[in-house]
Amino acid sequence: MRGGLSKTLALVGAAGLLAVSACGNSDDSGGGDSSANKDVTVFTWWADGGEKAGLDGMVSVFKTDCADYKFVNSAVAGGAGSNAKQVLANDLQAGKPPSTFQAHAGAELRDYIDAGQVDDVSGLYKDFGLDKAFPQNLIDNLTVDGKIYSIPANVHRANVVWTNPAALKKANLDPATAPASVDAWIADMDKLKAAGVKAPLAISKGFAQEMVMEVVLLAELGPDSFKGLWDGKTDWAGANVTSALNKYKKLLTYTNTDRESVDWPDALGYLNKGQAAYFVMGDWVAAQQLADKVPDTAYTYWPAPGTAGNFQFLSDSFTLPTNGADPEGAKCWLKTVGSAEGQKAFNTKKGSIPARSDADPADYPKYQQSAMADWKKDKIVPSCAHGAACTLGQNNDILSALSQFSGGQDVAKLQTALGTAMKTS
Amino acid sequence: MHGRIRTWGPGALVLLPTVLLLGYFVYGLIAWSFNTSLTNRHTARKGPADYVGFENYGHLFGEERFINSLKNLGVLTVAFIVGTLIFGLLWALLLEKGVPGESIFRSVYLFPMAISMIASGVVWGWLLNPSQGEDARGLNRLFEILHLGFLENSWWTAGNRWTTMASIALPAVWQLSGYIMALFLAGFRGIPPELREAARVDGASEFKLYRHVLFPQLSPIALSALIILGHMSLKLFDLIYAITGPNQFRTEVPSVYMWNTLLRSDQAKAAAIAIVLLAVVAVLVIPYIAYTVRQETEE
Repeated sequence: MRGGLSKTLALVGAAGLLAVSACGNSDDSGGGDSSANKDVTVFTWWADGGEKAGLDGMVSVFKTDCADYKFVNSAVAGGAGSNAKQVLANDLQAGKPPSTFQAHAGAELRDYIDAGQVDDVSGLYKDFGLDKAFPQNLIDNLTVDGKIYSIPANVHRANVVWTNPAALKKANLDPATAPASVDAWIADMDKLKAAGVKAPLAISKGFAQEMVMEVVLLAELGPDSFKGLWDGKTDWAGANVTSALNKYKKLLTYTNTDRESVDWPDALGYLNKGQAAYFVMGDWVAAQQLADKVPDTAYTYWPAPGTAGNFQFLSDSFTLPTNGADPEGAKCWLKTVGSAEGQKAFNTKKGSIPARSDADPADYPKYQQSAMADWKKDKIVPSCAHGAACTLGQNNDILSALSQFSGGQDVAKLQTALGTAMKTS
Repeated sequence: MHGRIRTWGPGALVLLPTVLLLGYFVYGLIAWSFNTSLTNRHTARKGPADYVGFENYGHLFGEERFINSLKNLGVLTVAFIVGTLIFGLLWALLLEKGVPGESIFRSVYLFPMAISMIASGVVWGWLLNPSQGEDARGLNRLFEILHLGFLENSWWTAGNRWTTMASIALPAVWQLSGYIMALFLAGFRGIPPELREAARVDGASEFKLYRHVLFPQLSPIALSALIILGHMSLKLFDLIYAITGPNQFRTEVPSVYMWNTLLRSDQAKAAAIAIVLLAVVAVLVIPYIAYTVRQETEE
């Protein structure tokens, strides 16, 4: 009996070990068999809404352009890719990269470049004619040490203020014209407060605060010094930065008190309900308003005060991972991403504009038409909050400093923290 | 010889899988993390890294953000343990006498424990909305409706560390008090009724009965509860992350900071934070284990 029991237990133990090793095996078999070589695994964080619809549009073009290959969706849900980036980091670390993965174009790629996880695709720019199709200053913004590591699928604008005309009318402000400067904007907010709009500037947690700070810095420093903040050419300790941060501090006094506990769609709700008159947010707001069936007479938009003539961009792009399973299939996907049809299928649904300058505005809704016109003539500056100007690590440190500032309101401390954040990578 | 193997052989065989799995997945990986924490592996780049001794630890303890996270953790742990013990004991006292419908109350108090922290964190994030007055939402709205306006506050967005971390502890207290109640209730039930009768015959008042007869018998349970709550609090991650999100300076504790650090592929620093956290937990748990082992051998 005793022997029987211990035998049983030993068997159970052995079975447990087998189960563990079996799990290990099943991981490996994913890309092993020969038919899988035609699979193109595309890793994104576009799992629902307009983003998913955009991806589906891109896939339908891919199916005709690259009929030899099979699209395999490997999307991980989660706002701004917070979950996806963790999953991707694990896969890359384990040496099992997807065929191609989504990443914000620009500095955010530096982590992958430094880790030797993505290949230079500047050759593909020439093959596909993208060096002519994309605006030169976008290409300059994407180039790292003379190489380009990704192909942008779209362009979003970050320096946009969305307004509620009904709330602005209370203070007799014209919703169609933007205040000329941050100071004039603050003066307007005083008028709104006096007219009974208690928190004229809607804001939410994390990156929404970072975006407000960035548009104030851009307005106060001008595009060249602003770009210099991110590439080390402008000193964060300068007096002009101090004065801009003080204006940011002033702006926070006009915001909703629950800013640390709401997300940007909630803040947009405050705007639509007229509790707020202004909201600084990227132009994905246009797609959200469309999805929420808010008529385009219920809001107006203009470049953030003092930043007219500047297009603060961010861009979703696709990479060619080093030692990917099937680089030819991945290249075909990248060709679709950069092509005129691919960008049209994607962007008309996602609410962004194509990175190519040869797109026809007539294919796009009203907001995008104005953004496309600006994209062609404006000066292009990067956004830190969305990875064009900062690495993930720098962005993390800045967000932490801003959340501390949201409570403590110590400008000198914030300024030091920002400088330190950009010095470390 | 053969007989001796028969004595210890089966036991060793049964233990072997556990020893192997624990040895590799727990202790092996602790050693690996510690090793990483001594290197300069600050990116995801593969290949050899250089040893830098305890430099990463030095940087951590010179950093405002990390010190802040440790202080937050201390306050959170105190608020969580005190709150949970008070409510757990209170509920156990209320139920201990055998009220009608006891099983219903017991279930009601225990239920929150069945909810995953990430789910309750999302809901508590809404409940703890800091808006007050006319715009109040969540718990503040409730206070507003009940004309208890003085109870409204800005919860975890308050500037003060104690208010902030006590607000974070609130959902955790809500979730775990029922469990502590169950522990204490079991303790009360385990005390032979003769003891109470004897005390009453001797003329002890109810207060004295609890103070001198019943509570002393519960001290081993209180100690276990303290250790269980303490190590849970030190490792708390999901609840805080769900309520406040990443990179939130005011509520950051080492576990959340470690996650943020790992997300940016700073493996050496993340490993150093993990080892510091492990050391803090060990300070709490090892004396307890030593104490229990000694007790058991004495018995």
